Amino acid sequence: MEFQLTKSQKEIQKAAREFAKGEFDKDLVLEMEKQQSFPEDIRIKAADLGFIGMHWPEAYEGGGLGMFENVLAAEAFCSKDSSLGIALMLSGSASEYLLHYGTDDLKSEFLPKVANGDMVSGSAFFEPGEGYDLTGTSTTAVRDGGRWVIDGWKTGVLNGGAAGFYCVLCKTDPKSASPDGFSIILVEAERDGITVENNQDKLGMRMVATTDIRFQDVRVPESHLVGKPGKGVKQALALNDQNLILVAAMATGTARGAYARALDYVKQREQFGKKIGQFQITRHKLAEMALSIEQAALMTYSAAWQLDRRKKNQAMAAMAKLSACRTALDVSSEAIQLLGGYGYMTEYEVERCYRDAKALMLFEDNPIGLKDAVATGVMGRIK
Amino acid sequence: MNILNYSDEHKAFRQRLRVYIESHILPKVEQWEMEHIVPKEAWKKMGQNGFLCTAVSKVYGGMGGDFRYSAICIEEMAKTHQSGFMTLLHSDIVVPYIESYGSEEQKQRHLPGCVSGDTITAVAMSEPDAGSDLASMTTTAVQDGDKFVINGSKIFISNGVNCDLVVMAAKDPSIENPHKAISLYLVDDGTPGFKKGNTLEKLGMHSQDTTELFFTNCRIPVTNRLGEKGEGFVMLMQKLQQERLVCSVWGLARAEHVLQWTIDYCHEARVSGTRLFDSQSVQFALAEMATQVKMSRAFVENLVAEHMEKKNVVVETSMAKYQTSDMVNQVTDRCLDIIGREAIDEGCPLAREWRDVRVMSIFAGTNEIMKGIIAKSLNHSSETL
Repeated sequence: MEFQLTKSQKEIQKAAREFAKGEFDKDLVLEMEKQQSFPEDIRIKAADLGFIGMHWPEAYEGGGLGMFENVLAAEAFCSKDSSLGIALMLSGSASEYLLHYGTDDLKSEFLPKVANGDMVSGSAFFEPGEGYDLTGTSTTAVRDGGRWVIDGWKTGVLNGGAAGFYCVLCKTDPKSASPDGFSIILVEAERDGITVENNQDKLGMRMVATTDIRFQDVRVPESHLVGKPGKGVKQALALNDQNLILVAAMATGTARGAYARALDYVKQREQFGKKIGQFQITRHKLAEMALSIEQAALMTYSAAWQLDRRKKNQAMAAMAKLSACRTALDVSSEAIQLLGGYGYMTEYEVERCYRDAKALMLFEDNPIGLKDAVATGVMGRIK
Repeated sequence: MNILNYSDEHKAFRQRLRVYIESHILPKVEQWEMEHIVPKEAWKKMGQNGFLCTAVSKVYGGMGGDFRYSAICIEEMAKTHQSGFMTLLHSDIVVPYIESYGSEEQKQRHLPGCVSGDTITAVAMSEPDAGSDLASMTTTAVQDGDKFVINGSKIFISNGVNCDLVVMAAKDPSIENPHKAISLYLVDDGTPGFKKGNTLEKLGMHSQDTTELFFTNCRIPVTNRLGEKGEGFVMLMQKLQQERLVCSVWGLARAEHVLQWTIDYCHEARVSGTRLFDSQSVQFALAEMATQVKMSRAFVENLVAEHMEKKNVVVETSMAKYQTSDMVNQVTDRCLDIIGREAIDEGCPLAREWRDVRVMSIFAGTNEIMKGIIAKSLNHSSETL
């Protein structure tokens, strides 16, 4: 195995770092993060440079690259600024379902718009009171004269209110109690009967909107079915690995950002007559942080590398997410501790890394669900 | 477990406070969090109802309560899903300086207002360049006739916007030994040359008016020195035992509250028809956390008892402060993991708890400072435990 980035990967990493360095303005982020808003112009610039849909085929204006390159960009962005990086990387999230399962017509119509920065896409999967469980979906889609008629209530809708279209998980076989009664349907944001409400006030990931959406008698053409009827949950779960790996990359970047800020601080802060970075205990804290980051990064790269080679490894993706999110939390918490009172202050940014790390930990799945996935992957089910 | 033997009077007091909190505090919390301050009126009402400075002697308008009353106030306030209304800082950390070291005149002038809530206090030690290394502070107080002239700035001052009276530490620049150069002073709000900064934005404790304080040729009467000249460092060290015990009681009570909330949640919440509590992994996590808080409670209550007997338990208090503050963070973090997606929402009370408690490992001496104190006590060849 060639254990290093290719020349092109190095260039992508460098380009992502330079983009973040040039465009991510601290004062702007501090203000917009508080307001839970997002700088559209940065997304459009990122799209122009090809950072959105990097791993999509060129036919849909993607970059024709792999998940690995996407991971490098996510890490570089979040390392510079976790909140902005997360929002940028999640702007195309629902498009993945379309990419993998949609018809050519749907893909041609929507994917280029996302890749070009004209719109973001939103995923409407979760429902109130159902946690991470998709089989509890009660939103229905009923066929009626060549159309789907959708009714229901979704929560935690990623990019809710901001998206040009949503991928909505609906119950399409009301009689079936099995996981085979659900389908993913593409719904444009401007369809009648859509109400976006309750923009969630979150502890982290505040530059990505998550909202509730009510669907009341929303009608879309039958051709908006994404993938096979009845296979919605299966499709969602199949793409879960990719989602988890992306979260792992964002968390690894978040950890790197907190580490870098802590390192800067301990090099200049003096107490008891010397730089605090000269105390053994501080040095060992930084050592632990670096150790943890290396572990998370390697696991994330490995998971992305396998995914790009179509090696299905559900356990690896879940382990990468768990490891990277723990790392992001531990490292940013330690960064707060090293900065002391300043660490607790918004201006010094590590508190934001800490909040984003926690939100990432609970995004997509929590540690309990992740460990279930790892266990199933590594030991199967014992009969 | 009944280490503290609360009397019927204590129990009635706790009950009265609970009723008060229910009607006068809980309904206001969201507003205070949004406004980043607790209005002075809330302090006054709290004082009028007898819930401030319970330890202050009856001579000065207090109830002369033992530390168990303080613990009751701390514990009940710990269950209000906010940390901004820092009555414990006022009642059990700052005001004790005045009662212990103040002159008769100072006590008569200030203590009744502290008890009634008309005077809100703050304590100003940390400086932008002097945090853990307190002795390196650079704020100076120089005598000029019958005045002290104070110059310097203080940072991370809780109750900083609201405070009517500040107990602050400053150095006499003519004395070289930093430990002997520090004295404590009382500065009234409104004194020319004393300015309050803007409320600092922070991870949590949003209802707390934490700020910077600036002193520019601020002249105070020489009678405003608190205690003896050069005794500042000694007084600070003497009061740290109680300060850190207060933090321990607070951290522990919050951990208990967060855990209880989560246990209740796990009984009620269902995912795909199954109670969260029915997950074995959830049960074990709750079991581990329940064990952690119970072990802490035994240690902390024992410390409270020893503190009330005026024993020197500085080392054990450092242990408690470090352990409870880390523990409340671990517990809150794990509880969020159990609740999952819904815990990211600020509408879930634990989201705020998680943000608020992070500072507990930092304030009142970082946990690194605590470990330094503990380690020092172990630097003997025998009978160190």
